[in-house]
Amino acid sequence: MSATFESHKSSVATPLYSGLAIVLAGATLVAVALLVGSRVSEYYYLAAYTILQFIVLGTAWNILGGYGGYVNFGAAGFFAAGCYTTVVLNKLFHLPLIVDMAAAAAAAGLMGLGTGYMTLRLRGVFFAIATLAVAIVLQTVISNWSFVGGGRGVYVVRPEISGLFGTYAHFLVMLMIGLATCAVFAAWAVEKSWIGVGLAAIRDNETAAETCGVPSLRLKLIAATTSGALMGMAGAPFPYYVSYVDPATAFSLAIAVNSIAMPLVGGTTAWWGPLVGAIMLGSVQQILTVTVSSAANLFIVGVLLVVFLTVAPRGVVGIVRAWKRGSQ
Amino acid sequence: MNFSWDLLVNAFVTGVVLGGFYAAAAIGVTIEFGMLDIVNIAHPAFMIAGAYLAYLGWNSFAFDPFVAIAVFAPLGLLFGRVFYRAYHVFFERRGDESLQGLAFFFGILFIVEIGLVLIFGVDYRSISAPYLESTFGIGRISVSWRIMVPFLVGLAMLAGIQLYLSRTFTGRTILAVAQDIEAVRLIGANPVRAKEIAFGIATASAIVAGILLIIIQPVEPSIGRDYIGRTFAICVLGGMASIPGTLIASLILGVAETFTTTFFGPSWSPAVSFGLLLVTLALRPTGLFGR
Repeated sequence: MSATFESHKSSVATPLYSGLAIVLAGATLVAVALLVGSRVSEYYYLAAYTILQFIVLGTAWNILGGYGGYVNFGAAGFFAAGCYTTVVLNKLFHLPLIVDMAAAAAAAGLMGLGTGYMTLRLRGVFFAIATLAVAIVLQTVISNWSFVGGGRGVYVVRPEISGLFGTYAHFLVMLMIGLATCAVFAAWAVEKSWIGVGLAAIRDNETAAETCGVPSLRLKLIAATTSGALMGMAGAPFPYYVSYVDPATAFSLAIAVNSIAMPLVGGTTAWWGPLVGAIMLGSVQQILTVTVSSAANLFIVGVLLVVFLTVAPRGVVGIVRAWKRGSQ
Repeated sequence: MNFSWDLLVNAFVTGVVLGGFYAAAAIGVTIEFGMLDIVNIAHPAFMIAGAYLAYLGWNSFAFDPFVAIAVFAPLGLLFGRVFYRAYHVFFERRGDESLQGLAFFFGILFIVEIGLVLIFGVDYRSISAPYLESTFGIGRISVSWRIMVPFLVGLAMLAGIQLYLSRTFTGRTILAVAQDIEAVRLIGANPVRAKEIAFGIATASAIVAGILLIIIQPVEPSIGRDYIGRTFAICVLGGMASIPGTLIASLILGVAETFTTTFFGPSWSPAVSFGLLLVTLALRPTGLFGR
């Protein structure tokens, strides 16, 4: 490689049409939700909310995990940090949810930055174990903090909403469509920018990347902060969605496993991988929860994850790319 | 916080004895993670599977815990070898260990835990044997056999593994793999076979540790998660690949946990191991005895 990373930075071409398509898709979904209004059963909104939440979590996880190759086992910890930011702010001030979400992003982003600063200079597996550790330590602290309900949990009163939306669930789904669009757009922007190129270089060979002038620690910290902040934002509306939060739900292993499984099943190297994975696994789980049981559906997620990792380690993205290459 | 010397000494002794059991739980991670560079985060899940095997044996055939060890540890050895072969084919040979391999073990952890929930439910299960029900005292300190037996078996297992690794040809090959896998290839030994045997031993140790766990306390499927923190904290604190280091780190963690439980309450104890791990990673990632 003759050119250094610095000179390469400005020459990364960014075609804009995918980004435009993401924004348009988001806007269309909002319009559809507005038109449908409260004509369909509330259940569909709750199911849609869960899938959208997983799109945000999977996409966020992928920014560091998929692009940079640093596995985060503590997605549930970041999600819960967002949840409990809302709980605390709700008890103290009764601010609009948007403000809660900004605060949640700040809290979880700082958590990502802190964990990253502490362990991203070590080998990747230490970061993975540290994220798990941060999640458990945070869960223990929250379980012992009586102001937010401790281990018993806490009820959250939903704020009033304006007449534009039929029900609160309706409002939350719109919000989540907006957030999911932002998350996917952010992932796309990172992937196509010099940050994404640098992260991919780190994933393939960190030593070689550093030799070419990739500022690896800085890029990893940017990714860890962005990823953490988005996960925190995914958690912020959750207390209003369920109206009762306890540490066992907020820190649920299901969140951690889904956040990892969705990008890996969908494919980690492209922004649409986690999106496809989240829609696939999210729908399967919704169907299974209704028809079988919620324990069985988590079992199936685990099995799907392991099957994809062994049979199709590049996920749906890998399958599609191989098929494209074959047909040319 | 009410302080008394009796409480302090009792907590210290309990901590040391508990540490012996923690060493049995962590030795497998020391082998897998420290020596073979395989981040088997599902190790604690295998351990809980071992506890349920002991429960099954006790419930259906009235197996004594020692009989359970004799029956199930060889099965663990065999399973571990087959499991490693599969891992090697799907991940190590493709060079996919760091991302896909790590997620794979996370998936396995999840499958084992939920699988146990689906089979046995979330109720606590326990076993008993007549000799476990008594306690013995030295002065004002009293220790239950329920915790003394795991301590002794744990120490014996550590000593056995240490002897195997340092005295036999295969054992030394495993230690050599831990130091320099290329050099092992150069002298004509087969590193994959050495890793396979080592992984088998580690899995067998997980089964034994699980049987010891169900002697100490009733077990339910999600209990394994606490041991992710404990085993990895011990492995890192002990200097990754060192068996004496594993033992000392286990004793430190055991004492730290019983002190926390005694003086601050049991609700804080899950944070001790992970907190210790975070502090170690931040301040001295090579561990207490690392180079």
